[in-house]
Amino acid sequence: MELFFQQLINGLSLGALYALIAVGYTVVYGIVQLINFAHGEIFMVGAFGAFGTWMILGQPKDWSVAASLFILLPLMLLGGIVTSVAVALLTERFAYRPLRNAPRLAPLITAIGVSVFLQEFVRLFYGRIPGFPDAKSAIAFPAIPGISGESIQVGGVLIQMPAVFTIGALAVSTVFLWYFVNRTKTGRAMIATSQDADTARLMGIDVDKVIVAAFGVGAGLAAIAGVAHGLSYGNIDFRMGFLAGLKAFTAAVLGGIGNINGAVVGGLVLGIVEAMATTFIPGQFGSSAWKDVWAFVLLILVLVFRPQGLLGAKVVDRA
Amino acid sequence: MLEVKDLVVAYGRVNAVKGITFEVGKGEIVTLLGTNGAGKSTTLRSISGLLKPVSGEIWFEGERLDGIAAHKVVERGIAQSPEGRRLFRQMTVEDNLKLGAYSRKDSSGVKSDMDRVYDLFPVLGERRTEAAGLFSGGEQQMLAIGRAMMSRPKLLMLDEPSMGLSPIMTQTIMRTIRELQADGVTILLVEQNAQAALSLADKGYVLEVGQIMFSDSGRNLLGDDRVRRTYLGAD
Repeated sequence: MELFFQQLINGLSLGALYALIAVGYTVVYGIVQLINFAHGEIFMVGAFGAFGTWMILGQPKDWSVAASLFILLPLMLLGGIVTSVAVALLTERFAYRPLRNAPRLAPLITAIGVSVFLQEFVRLFYGRIPGFPDAKSAIAFPAIPGISGESIQVGGVLIQMPAVFTIGALAVSTVFLWYFVNRTKTGRAMIATSQDADTARLMGIDVDKVIVAAFGVGAGLAAIAGVAHGLSYGNIDFRMGFLAGLKAFTAAVLGGIGNINGAVVGGLVLGIVEAMATTFIPGQFGSSAWKDVWAFVLLILVLVFRPQGLLGAKVVDRA
Repeated sequence: MLEVKDLVVAYGRVNAVKGITFEVGKGEIVTLLGTNGAGKSTTLRSISGLLKPVSGEIWFEGERLDGIAAHKVVERGIAQSPEGRRLFRQMTVEDNLKLGAYSRKDSSGVKSDMDRVYDLFPVLGERRTEAAGLFSGGEQQMLAIGRAMMSRPKLLMLDEPSMGLSPIMTQTIMRTIRELQADGVTILLVEQNAQAALSLADKGYVLEVGQIMFSDSGRNLLGDDRVRRTYLGAD
């Protein structure tokens, strides 16, 4: 039973990471019907942005726990978010917007191109920034006192502090998202646009701005996930967006693409299934090499038996 | 108030509107009549900025309107209740009305205009927290018109408000249009129901396959043989 709860925590932490990224896929899809395959790279860029912020702050290593938690970490998060949002908005403006009225395949292929471009850009040029380490292989993510390597014991379950951070970040982000979507004018405009873009225009909604907001919100959450990844795994890498992005996309489809709550639920379910599969499936099929297989088996099962996703996709309903 | 000059609008290579010219004067009710595919909705969508004309000009209160983004057209004072109503069906009545007022900054004015919509259509007020998709066709049409009014437009364009409605409901809607005119709103009405539209209209234009065939006052068109044959089912 303790093992079960241990894996539940591990799964929730992994799932929270997927969920934070998945929201970006689903929000953008809901509004422009684009699967933004470069979104995994927005997550990666966020991690590098946070790392870069730490570099610029002079690589602080001996800050107190309080200073680290309340000054250093927020600054790194902010740096990551700014980087991700800036890159996401640039890709939207210069890669996707010119293709707004093109056949849907064009922006999709472009997204794959943007993904490769961003990976290679970081790989080749990150180390060119004076004083920055080369990014051609993994870079150790700075340890944050109070989080990195720390854990708390609850009953027989050991909860790593990075997991607490990740799950907490998802919880806070979800509340923020709920407020944004349901209580702000831009959020309502976003929902209206996702339901019927032309009619949203007739209401006086500037759809271009809504699209920018969607890319921005998704990028911000992806950056938070980037920091959570760095804290959880201790390193970042220009390729880290590929598998994480693929999993998060799976999570978005699992929950019902276009549905924000679905992305959160899909992420958590996927994370828990992966964690449980590596523990409770006997023999080599339960080895960690198989966890991606189980993740995608889950996707296939959901697509076969519930193609609209767990919570149901946004249904475009026009009288 | 609104002037459309030699407007040409195309879908791909096919011209849906082939050079039409018409005018809507301040305080008037003007109707565009025509069968399916005549280009009526295309014309409204071009005025609203959803479609970009191939050529021609649209002027509103002395300013050029064509080529302007749709959300800015709303700010200039033109609202459209689109064909098929196009409500945000999962949203409540109130949220639909709020979205109609999206371009406005005066929240007290929005509140009083919302009350005005509820006065005009009490059923909407009674069920303001219910999802728009749950309402009957006629009630949805009321909401669509109410939503368009929420931007406090100078020109209100209604695309087939009587579509799918019972004769009694059509009468209610037409009476509302008359009341809106009395309140000083200029109305451009697109209809297939020529009888209902012409009995309201100061002026009517008859469109066929993207061209204006003829125009006259509403009363004269009601008595016009061509109109009676094509639209009023008279032999």
